[in-house]
Amino acid sequence: MRIAVLIKQVPAVDSVRIDEETGTMEREGVESELNPLDLYAVEAAARIKEAGKAESVTAITMGPPQARRALSHAIAMACDDGVLLSDAKFAGADTLATARTIAAAIKRLGKFGVILAGERATDGETGQVPPSVAELLGIPALTYVSRIVELTEESITVRRAVDGGYETVRAPLPVLLSVTKEINKPRLSTLAGKLRAKRARIDVLRASDIEADGVGLAGSPTRVVKVMYPKVTRTCRKISMNDDHEGTVREAVKFLADNSFSDARVEGVLS
Amino acid sequence: MSANADNEVWTLAEFRGAAPHGVSFELLAWGRDIADAKRASLASVAIGSEIDGEEINKLFAYGADKVYVIDEPELAEFRADSYKKALEGLTRRYAPDIFIAAATTRGRTIMSTLYAAIGAGLTADCTGLGIEPATGLLIQTRPAIGGNVMAEIKTPVSKPQMCTVRPKSKRPLTPDAARRGEVVRYKPSSDMLTSVIEFLSFEKEASGGLPIQDAEVIVAGGKGMKGAKNFELLSELAYLLGGAVGASRMAVDLGWAPYSSQVGLSGKSVTPRLYVACGISGAVQHIAGMSGAGKVAAINSDPEAPIFSAADMGIVGDVLDVLPKLIAAIKSAR
Repeated sequence: MRIAVLIKQVPAVDSVRIDEETGTMEREGVESELNPLDLYAVEAAARIKEAGKAESVTAITMGPPQARRALSHAIAMACDDGVLLSDAKFAGADTLATARTIAAAIKRLGKFGVILAGERATDGETGQVPPSVAELLGIPALTYVSRIVELTEESITVRRAVDGGYETVRAPLPVLLSVTKEINKPRLSTLAGKLRAKRARIDVLRASDIEADGVGLAGSPTRVVKVMYPKVTRTCRKISMNDDHEGTVREAVKFLADNSFSDARVEGVLS
Repeated sequence: MSANADNEVWTLAEFRGAAPHGVSFELLAWGRDIADAKRASLASVAIGSEIDGEEINKLFAYGADKVYVIDEPELAEFRADSYKKALEGLTRRYAPDIFIAAATTRGRTIMSTLYAAIGAGLTADCTGLGIEPATGLLIQTRPAIGGNVMAEIKTPVSKPQMCTVRPKSKRPLTPDAARRGEVVRYKPSSDMLTSVIEFLSFEKEASGGLPIQDAEVIVAGGKGMKGAKNFELLSELAYLLGGAVGASRMAVDLGWAPYSSQVGLSGKSVTPRLYVACGISGAVQHIAGMSGAGKVAAINSDPEAPIFSAADMGIVGDVLDVLPKLIAAIKSAR
């Protein structure tokens, strides 16, 4: 079987700086990286292939031409090839328009037994695209997967995080999984991997290459109407254990008690 | 398709077992504001099996004017596909104007497939909702890029306008036990009740504690805790404050705490009333996950630690010295 991994290029959060004066995000010089939560999906795909259960792993992304770098990173880790969905018509897409584009591309690329994705991207933080892709492809989506228990030719058994615990479920293939960081420890890309990425095939698909309606900004039901840069406005009262340590403990406890007022267990402290 | 609910605001009640989870009542508080601003009616959607009449009455008590009930034995266990199909049937049948669910793992999973099936707009993890007076459209406010950006989003044409809202972003209304409303039962077709997902087993979270998304108070630990064993101090303080234990990415990666308790960009974004950061230096990625807390206390031995600029109260000292003293002081005051 073939495996697809859906990935995204995101701004590197380490390089995001906030202008102290204006409280706004500085956009100049912000670097891009492969979404950190996608590393777990790439690693999960690699392990399936290494276990002899898949013949190839294809990384798929939608983005501007520079998003090729995210594909190269994924290939350097463990993927065989990449597909870049890039067209001015795709720009400004919300999660549904993005999912339509990716689903259309997957239809054109042929059958994948397992489609993997990270839990969400660290920029948009929605986690909506992978389940939507599954819905549009008419295959089951298993979200928040923390372990692949068993994979056969016909079905997959996974453990997934749910509110309050974990459930183990089985679904028929083809299937889409979004995985959490509990699933594995992603490998680093090696020099050999980076060299392989240079030679690997990366196909670019444009709007005319796929049969997709409702893509890009024009096909997006939602619109961003305003963007604000909230300024952190906390003023910290700093007290030290090195000074009056009893006074410090007393003041700290009073702060905790005052601000956890639903609780009777600390009421006595206030009196 | 019937359009008899085109001036209705819906919220998805999240039944886990027999009773709706508390977040269902928070959604009704959001929904009540929105419905009143639009002069619309507010309906809660209850989906599950053997849903108790008393639990439906609770939804009225917390603000619903109407409750749609989908009650089928096949829906006893949450299955992403059958729940989606049944809710798609209901949504197509009654065509609400707005549909709100909780940004829990379940709510996000359902809504992320439902909106795609319908071709509607969905906005994730909102922390604010309002109505644009001129148009009556839903204005959805959500943080992105780790809270560095707040975006206002609207869905101009597609219906319903769908969103998930972050748990603990609003208090439930004071319940009025005398409030009653209309119960509308919806019978899905048999193909909507089938699932290809086979449930095998469930295991409760090992810590057994309150999930951090549900907590009013979070006591979180980082590298400064110096080991898994010291997390017992956090559990003790969390217990005394009626809260849950959280962790930084570093503490999770070191195996001191489960991923489900990780706060930050690659973990959860939380909005408790009180957040206590213990031995957490305050990386951008961590602050992204907790900056929405009501009040923040931080304990760190480094007076220059960045966490202090995200805190209201800073205690400079070794967390392993400070925590036992705080615990002892709270205990002796009981």
